[in-house]
Amino acid sequence: MGKLGSVAAVAGGIGLVALALAGWTRQPAVQGGASVTGKVKFTGKAPANPVIDMTEEPKCKAKYTAPAREQIVEVNPNGTLADVFVYVKSGLPASYKAPAPTGPVTLDQDGCRYHPHVFGILVGQTLAIKNSDGILHNIKAKGTKNRPFNISQPTTMTSERTFTASEVMVPLECNVHGWMHAWVGVLPHPFFGVSGTDGSYAIRGLPPGTYTIEAWHEKYGTQTATVTVTGSETKTGDFSFAAK
Amino acid sequence: MTTVAATAHGAHAHHDDRPFIRKYIFSTDHKIIGIQFLFVSLFFLLVGGLLAMQMRWQLGFPGKPMPGGGILPETMAPGGVILPEYYIQLVTMHGTFMVFFAIMPLLVGVYANFLIPLKIGTHDMAFPRINMWSFWSFFAAGLVMLASLFVPDGAARAGWTMYVPLSARHDLSGASLGQELWSVSIILVGLSSILGSLNYISTIINNRAPGMTWFRLPLSVWSLFITAILGLLALPVLSGAAIMLLFDQVLNTHFFDPAAGGQALLWQHLFWFFGHPEVYILILPAMGMVSDIIANGSRKPIFGYHSMVFAIVAIGFLGWIVWGHHMFVSGMNPTLGSSFMVSTLIIAVPSAVKVFNWMGTMWRGNLKFTVPMLNATAFVAMFVIGGLSGIYMAATPVDMFIHDTYFIVAHIHYVLFGGSLFALFGAIVYWYPKMFGRMMSERWGKVHFWLTFIFYNCTFFPMHITGMAGEMRRLYDPNQYTFLQPYQPMREFISISAFLLFATQLIFFVNFWWSLFKGKKAEQNPWHDNGLEWSLPAPAPHGNWEKVPNVYRGPYEFSHPQAREDYLPQYVKLPTDREPASAPAAAH
Amino acid sequence: MHWWLPPKGSTFAGPIDGLFIAILIITGIAFVVVESGLIWFIVRYRGRPGRKAFYTHGNTRAEVIWTAIPAVTMVALGIISNHYWVEIKGRNSVPPNAYPIGIHAKQFEWQVTYPGPDGQLGTADDFTVRNQLHVPVGRPIVVHLSSEDVIHSFYVPQFRVRQDIVPGMDIRAWFQPTVPGTYELGCSQLCGLGHYRMRAQVFVHTQEEFAAWMKQAAQEATQ
Repeated sequence: MGKLGSVAAVAGGIGLVALALAGWTRQPAVQGGASVTGKVKFTGKAPANPVIDMTEEPKCKAKYTAPAREQIVEVNPNGTLADVFVYVKSGLPASYKAPAPTGPVTLDQDGCRYHPHVFGILVGQTLAIKNSDGILHNIKAKGTKNRPFNISQPTTMTSERTFTASEVMVPLECNVHGWMHAWVGVLPHPFFGVSGTDGSYAIRGLPPGTYTIEAWHEKYGTQTATVTVTGSETKTGDFSFAAK
Repeated sequence: MTTVAATAHGAHAHHDDRPFIRKYIFSTDHKIIGIQFLFVSLFFLLVGGLLAMQMRWQLGFPGKPMPGGGILPETMAPGGVILPEYYIQLVTMHGTFMVFFAIMPLLVGVYANFLIPLKIGTHDMAFPRINMWSFWSFFAAGLVMLASLFVPDGAARAGWTMYVPLSARHDLSGASLGQELWSVSIILVGLSSILGSLNYISTIINNRAPGMTWFRLPLSVWSLFITAILGLLALPVLSGAAIMLLFDQVLNTHFFDPAAGGQALLWQHLFWFFGHPEVYILILPAMGMVSDIIANGSRKPIFGYHSMVFAIVAIGFLGWIVWGHHMFVSGMNPTLGSSFMVSTLIIAVPSAVKVFNWMGTMWRGNLKFTVPMLNATAFVAMFVIGGLSGIYMAATPVDMFIHDTYFIVAHIHYVLFGGSLFALFGAIVYWYPKMFGRMMSERWGKVHFWLTFIFYNCTFFPMHITGMAGEMRRLYDPNQYTFLQPYQPMREFISISAFLLFATQLIFFVNFWWSLFKGKKAEQNPWHDNGLEWSLPAPAPHGNWEKVPNVYRGPYEFSHPQAREDYLPQYVKLPTDREPASAPAAAH
Repeated sequence: MHWWLPPKGSTFAGPIDGLFIAILIITGIAFVVVESGLIWFIVRYRGRPGRKAFYTHGNTRAEVIWTAIPAVTMVALGIISNHYWVEIKGRNSVPPNAYPIGIHAKQFEWQVTYPGPDGQLGTADDFTVRNQLHVPVGRPIVVHLSSEDVIHSFYVPQFRVRQDIVPGMDIRAWFQPTVPGTYELGCSQLCGLGHYRMRAQVFVHTQEEFAAWMKQAAQEATQ
């Protein structure tokens, strides 16, 4: 091949190694600065949530001045819908790695109800299940992609569990108090939010890109929207669910 | 058959040059197999007891951290406080270990194996290699069951009776692999029992020594014979049911799933069709050994030997047609409730006959209260209570009320502990010299007996009371029910008695193990008994006899007018005796 | 603390408790005879040097007597028991005018369905309440038992009524309460980790109270 050829081969080799190294040490998609915020509106007449009769559990009943109601359709005074889980369904690069969770997510059983009723958690993040009532609750997680679990808490205590697979949504229930339900969205990224008492949600720290955002409600199903963000801009993504 | 028996007959009763592994580990010698069953079963008896101690902690001191509970994982007892799902595992595994891995193998695995060839006069079992497999499948079953305690999601938790659908559906029980391992283990236990039964039946029918006619067999052998028949016919049903359950659990079959055309009650019928003969398997050998020990301790022949044999056979036969009495309120057709009630009431009669005959044996005897005799007498006294409490359950309207309450738990434990376990304590001490060539300590045996007797009654008698009050079984915390709260002091009393009862058993365990090495060397016939086994040195050698002895009389000829001593062994020839013609079984 | 059976609360309690006492007397006699006999023998026939035991193989007459007496007793007991069994659980035992209530058992609660003002189960005015069983005194009640998941068991100690509830089967059980008051219904067949908490309150009302409760509950249910 000759001297020139050898030099070329070595240079090529070094070049390839350099490229490989660059690729290997390439940082994962950095937390971006973009946000998607919005409101979840509700149109039509809000159905009444059934009253919960807690006579069988005096310790919980005592925590309420007016009888508690189930939390199926939570319409806010300003005509928006609370407890809607909004999340990035697709659009993140395949190489995206979520930052390590900063701490656990706490689910509290207080007054024989779950607090929060709808929430999100990262895959591998600790879910700290707290029993503030001091009476028997069992927490049954009926995941399909995640292994189901069913644990009891006969007294004031906290148990920890983690989820291993992305799943929207994993239903949680208590079999001792049949009215207790909660929903958890397990995601491999932190880009989710739950609409609050003013109907608004916020998803922050998005890297630039085009995303499919999905809004999930336990009774009214799902809706999607597409949003493109760059840099540190904030885009609006409103949703609207109608009474059936 | 004849060839095999002939081979066994011609086997070597002398020079034993087998390597250590063939002699003590993979042994085909019935005596070694019996001892292997003994060591392993005593271990499982301890396991069962430890599980019960945890249950009693929760019941006596609900919600309080258990001493030593810190070693348990968070999924069982966070901070040492037992969780409800762990409690029902304890309940399930206590029953499972005690029934299948302690009492049944102690009575049958140990004593059928050890005693039958010795007491009928032959060199070994009819099928020694099959006998070996009977032990090793039991051992494997035990390992699997033990493993199920440590797998993810924990052990089986539907009660030792394993009712479906709770046991078949992991989503309803919270268990998964543990539940499946239970089924696998039970299938292996069934195999062990069936292999053993084959041997016991064949050997007793075919290999009796010359002169050992059926009605000269000791009652221990009669009871082991009938027990073996029960085992041979009942365990396959259990194994079959366990296979069906396993298939429902892992293969998506629906034998027991009503949503797919299966039947939940099918499990109960199958389980109890096995389960009732099983409880007679758990008591008949004890009754048989008690007969031997009481006759010996009274220095008198057994009263009503033939009645005793007929009673054993009657119990064995009737035991097949009473299973529905476990299912009176199960949803089974109520007309069946009537028929099962009749058969159940009738089966009380042969048991009563046996109790009267034991009393008749002691009547006008010359009673010597050695440790075995103390335990055997306690058997009679406690079995009576257990048997009488059964009559309440047999009466279906009353059973409606006490079914699934602590009244049943009291009954079970009076017959299984007050009955079988006391009999076992007596039997272990009694045949210890023939097994190991040493005696257990008489003094510590008596201390163990008295303390056990007291604490045992303190533990289990009050359960009749709480059961009458309506206290249900398998409750993690009975105080959830207002009407059961007043009984908490009694639950605490029961728990403390149980702890003391458990602690007392350490005396037995230490006595057992220590005496193996330091016990007084045994003479050949320390109890002055009549059975063929006492003609052998202590411990009995491999192959038993060079030439099997001839038998001249029955096994209970104590205080015979023609004998110098107050006992007259079966193998001793008096001038007035004729030689037996030949072995009573098929000519070799 | 109560050392006896719970207070009577239904028409079954009389016969069942009576049967219990009869068995107590029979078994009590047997118990005393056997245990005191044993103790007597232990003392009287204890071994002493120079004593010889009485050599006998038995006594046929004794065998006949102590086989016959238990056998006759058991047969008599069976006949009496069966009479009540058929009355309580027999296929035709449910009184025709029994008030129907649906009970659907599930891990770990009792869903009690009332027939509503029209008194018929399965009509539009039925309503379901969790963990509360309200019944009128002095009337036969028939509960239609069904299970959502595993085997449960309907048990009210004072009513002396127990019936397993099997998924895939529709089972009826009946009882007639006799004493107004509050009682407890417990699940009497291991049904999972919450078995110990599967409890309902039972209210036995006078006829007027029951009618008033029914009216109010039916109204609340429609809200």
